[in-house]
Amino acid sequence: MTLHRGLATWGEKLVPLDKFRRASAEAGQRLSEAERAAAVRDYAAPLPDATQVEGPWSRIAVFGGVYNNHYGLSALLEDAARRGAKAVYSLGDLGGFGPNPEKVWPLLIQGDVRTIQGNYEESLASGREDCNCGYTDPRDNHFAGISYGYTARQCSPEFKAWMGRLPKRRRVRVGDRELLLIHGSPRRINEFLFASTSPVPFLETLLDQHSCHGLLCTHTGLHWHRRLPSGRDVVNAGVIGRPANDGATHVWYALLEARDEGMAVELVPLVYDHRALAVEMLQEGLPEEFVETILSGWWTTCLEILPACERAASRF
Amino acid sequence: MSAIQTEKTQPLAAPRVELRTLDTLWFQVAGTVCNLACTHCFVSCSPTNHTHEMMNLAEVRRHLADAAALGVREYYFTGGEPFLNPDMEAILEETLTVGPATVLTNGLLLDPARCARLKALADGSEYSLDLRVSLDGWDAATNDPIRGTGTFGRILEGVRHLAQARLNPVLTVTEVWRESGSDAGKEKFFALLRSLGVDRPRLKILPVFQIGAEAERAGAYESWQRLRAGDAPEDGWDHLQCSSCRMVTDQGVWVCPILVNEPSAKMGATLADSLGPFSLDHPACWTCHAYGVSCKT
Repeated sequence: MTLHRGLATWGEKLVPLDKFRRASAEAGQRLSEAERAAAVRDYAAPLPDATQVEGPWSRIAVFGGVYNNHYGLSALLEDAARRGAKAVYSLGDLGGFGPNPEKVWPLLIQGDVRTIQGNYEESLASGREDCNCGYTDPRDNHFAGISYGYTARQCSPEFKAWMGRLPKRRRVRVGDRELLLIHGSPRRINEFLFASTSPVPFLETLLDQHSCHGLLCTHTGLHWHRRLPSGRDVVNAGVIGRPANDGATHVWYALLEARDEGMAVELVPLVYDHRALAVEMLQEGLPEEFVETILSGWWTTCLEILPACERAASRF
Repeated sequence: MSAIQTEKTQPLAAPRVELRTLDTLWFQVAGTVCNLACTHCFVSCSPTNHTHEMMNLAEVRRHLADAAALGVREYYFTGGEPFLNPDMEAILEETLTVGPATVLTNGLLLDPARCARLKALADGSEYSLDLRVSLDGWDAATNDPIRGTGTFGRILEGVRHLAQARLNPVLTVTEVWRESGSDAGKEKFFALLRSLGVDRPRLKILPVFQIGAEAERAGAYESWQRLRAGDAPEDGWDHLQCSSCRMVTDQGVWVCPILVNEPSAKMGATLADSLGPFSLDHPACWTCHAYGVSCKT
């Protein structure tokens, strides 16, 4: 085929190759090395954030999405106390998936849980018609819609108003480490930080821009921890509302402890009365697919959002 | 002149898009060289198109180092046909040490041995690897007029090989045929994927860009299809992909994958040169805005 031999496609025009190459060589800018270094420094420069810093604590428990799992939440409060947590933090997504959202609220208050606002709370408080989870596939959105509709109908106006007053982030000191607690990512409330699509260089820059020694997040449903080359930590606390798509019925949360040097991070498996949860979900007429997940430990819905590595580890 | 000033005082000027975060880095790793010459290709790729040349491992490595310093989140490889590049698998292996990668391919070079090697690369990395395979019809009658005679069967074979290697491809379909984007159209593609052994079918639908070969096939943009600062949505232009991506070719850094055949869309020699705003002074930008396009999966 001789279609383009010796010629470049400049838009719809065919021009001699060297004419295109000369034009592109002259286009754009070529900064000096010093200017380039300054551009990179500016790009990664810390962003302003007036959030007050809480603590310092020697040991804290941090948990992700509750998804109306009041059994899981009760078990967590007991377990965290037994393990000597001085403070307990919730990263939001109190509703969705499970039954009877109003059972979660008193547990949070009695447990003195310091909560931040997830996309669920933001949506419910503002009267949004969907959860704004950030799913892109209609198959995921179908089940997300069922979850959200149920929770929205069951939550009292008072609970929704309380959700609306929650801060979107918290800064917490554990020992000498300042941690940033957010729901999805520091950039967006519904951004997914999965392990396989949150590479080390990206995380290092994120922590530079958001001035913290550690980042705590949830939203994905899957827990993971990365200690970065800089010594800083990124922890997705997972969720306590549904299992971690690994065939086990327990759920997960994070325990962080100050050490002489740095901070210890432990992802803690949490056993709770999953059969009681399943019975209550059936009583409330929630989808059988959701109940199957609670009983089997495998996700049956909202799978399309999973990146390749996480999907390869799924049963469905 | 600031972007805000431009919108208010010069509503007919082209809008400017700031780079918010460099999340997505594209590589025109095969240049504009392809083993096909699809009639809708907006960069007019073909076996003889050397407007952009292939990139070798050393070149890609240099840009990966720059990208890591800027905290790039994910990498995409396109062309032309990336698997025509003899360094492609080595490039993927290196990229997967610093982030997740996606390859856009026409599927014709996905023999079982290559698929097995790609699976090994995927299994060996903590980051995700995805393959996007292009198809433009549910049968030879609808696909081959666009992609070339005999391509339909060969593409399906490539997808079958990926499925057998337990790699789960994303099928990418452009809306050359309007029905492709309808629920019924999508279901036909899902059924096709399942028939090839893909039990978790994934699909990405893209609009056509009326530039390059596509302009010749179905017509170029009209004069009214142009973005103006006054068109700005309430929350600005951050929904456009050029607020979070850049494209590297053998000749430097372009603003996005769509405009690589426009020298005016080249932003600089390196990534650090290319962090400034871009003026959306090209008709193709209209499609991005009107259809909510994102080239990433």
